[in-house]
Amino acid sequence: MFKLKRDPAKQPNSWRTDNLPAWGLFFVTPWIIGFLAFTVYPFFASLYFSFTNFNIINFSPRWVGLDNYVELFSADPLFWISIGNSIKYAALLLVAATIFDIFIAYLLSLDVKFLSIYRTIFFFPVLVPVVAASLTWIWILNPRFGLMNGLLDLIGVKGPNWLASPNTAMYSLIFIAVWGSGRQVIVYLSGFNDIPRSLYEAADIDGASGIQKFWRITLPLLSPQIFFNVVTLIIFSLQSFSEVYIMTGGGPANSTLLYAVNLYNRAFRDFAMGYASALAWIMFLLILGLTLIIFKFLSGRVIYER
Amino acid sequence: MAVLQPAAPGRRAMSSEERGYFLRQRLKTVITHAILIVFGITFMLPFVWMISSSLKPNVDIFELPVRLIPKTYRIENYIDATNAIPFWQYLWNSTYYTIFATIGAVLSNTFIAYGFARVRWRGRNVLFIIVIATMMLPFQVRMIPLYVLFAKLGWLNSFLPLIVPNFFGNAFYIFLMRQFMMTLPKELDDAARIDGASEWGIFWRIAVPLSKPAILTVAIFEIIHTWHDFVGPLVYLRHPTKYTLSIGLRLYFTQYGAEWGLLMAAAAMFTIPMVIFFFFAQRSFIEGITLTGLKG
Repeated sequence: MFKLKRDPAKQPNSWRTDNLPAWGLFFVTPWIIGFLAFTVYPFFASLYFSFTNFNIINFSPRWVGLDNYVELFSADPLFWISIGNSIKYAALLLVAATIFDIFIAYLLSLDVKFLSIYRTIFFFPVLVPVVAASLTWIWILNPRFGLMNGLLDLIGVKGPNWLASPNTAMYSLIFIAVWGSGRQVIVYLSGFNDIPRSLYEAADIDGASGIQKFWRITLPLLSPQIFFNVVTLIIFSLQSFSEVYIMTGGGPANSTLLYAVNLYNRAFRDFAMGYASALAWIMFLLILGLTLIIFKFLSGRVIYER
Repeated sequence: MAVLQPAAPGRRAMSSEERGYFLRQRLKTVITHAILIVFGITFMLPFVWMISSSLKPNVDIFELPVRLIPKTYRIENYIDATNAIPFWQYLWNSTYYTIFATIGAVLSNTFIAYGFARVRWRGRNVLFIIVIATMMLPFQVRMIPLYVLFAKLGWLNSFLPLIVPNFFGNAFYIFLMRQFMMTLPKELDDAARIDGASEWGIFWRIAVPLSKPAILTVAIFEIIHTWHDFVGPLVYLRHPTKYTLSIGLRLYFTQYGAEWGLLMAAAAMFTIPMVIFFFFAQRSFIEGITLTGLKG
């Protein structure tokens, strides 16, 4: 995904070579300014804040050394709960969404009639604003009058409390996130459509079974899309905030307290900005480490050239 | 999987093998559609339930067993919903935020991507790797210092913290547009240079017109992103007159906890502009997503 295109300048006779750097810098200047103001400054400021006791009211950080980090690891049960919840959420969502989205994209790639209608339907949840979707889901999962338990009633099943019970809240959120993963379907569909038909025809002639064709042809040739979707899904789901903050607020009994929700609460509910900055830095290192691991182990297996 | 053309019927009688093949293909098609229809209906149900609830009078909302098609329709829910909270104000705030954030994203990213894609200069590739690397930085790391920065500038409770950064580029959009611009034929630039065009002239007269699909994709992504945005307004817009719809919708939830009809009507009115927009921009949108998932 992030592999850079080969620099055309290194190929002979492609571009004139007497460009002044001034023009390039001229075009890139807005980014440099934004990078310094909205990325570099916050990056180092938040590192500094994480070593301070920083109250939002008076804006005067007081140096406390490693206190925030010590407290976080040794005296804050919510930190560990939220890490556990976020990992559970990201891992289950990754597995569920990847399997489901590949399955749907596969069906859509079979030359079905009404393709554009189906595609729109599976993409539709992406269009519904997060807040509107979340509030609708609260109403659907209402234990007494909601659609979900209403439909279960019709077949004689007593539905659970969904978002209101610690046993089901997390799974409800993952289910809803899979519902909203239509972007992935579109990416996988384009991957399926890129696979040359002739490969399957050749495999048919060789007498390959459907399962063999899936493992030997489909999966390897779909690997760029899988790689892209897996990386983005992990990064985004570890940062998930809005849906969860709206639907459960982290409850019940902290069962859906994701890392980002805990962080927001610390920063903007408890106004513990220094402590929240330490939380943010742990999150950054966690995501960075995970991304590097994925790149190391997966990117070598991705087949780009066809 | 390959769907071979079945032997043309009518020419001659099909052999039993051919008939078996033909039937298997038919069966496969039927099963595929059956699965897609079941999942498709499941996917649309939340939206149907939203619309259905938005049209029910309050007594019917809490009716058991549940009814997907309302017994009686109460269109007035939509009018009541706009009166229960400053709906039009919030709709305008959402629109205002979306318009300016999108203008900023389109202008800045086209400009910046050109510098990375079409002009060759020392340090370009190093800088581009830094652009990509910033995508790894979670928003949460920047959230608190940016809040402090904008508070000191006196920008809280205004749209400036949400709009101004958009005029300075976004790593994801730069990446997307750069990838697109690199596919444009370089001979055009060379020809223009021979004709004496300046670097600015090449950008404005060649790169921008040819990059329209990518520009459109960025605009579409940004419109959807801003219209949906919850975290940004939640952090920066604390004053009720400044709320966007994504923050304002929660007011029904606390004040009118039981008035699901009004809430669902408001949610529908919040969603429908996106649906209309999608039907106009569908093709570019799908192409854009495909473009971002592209190899290399």
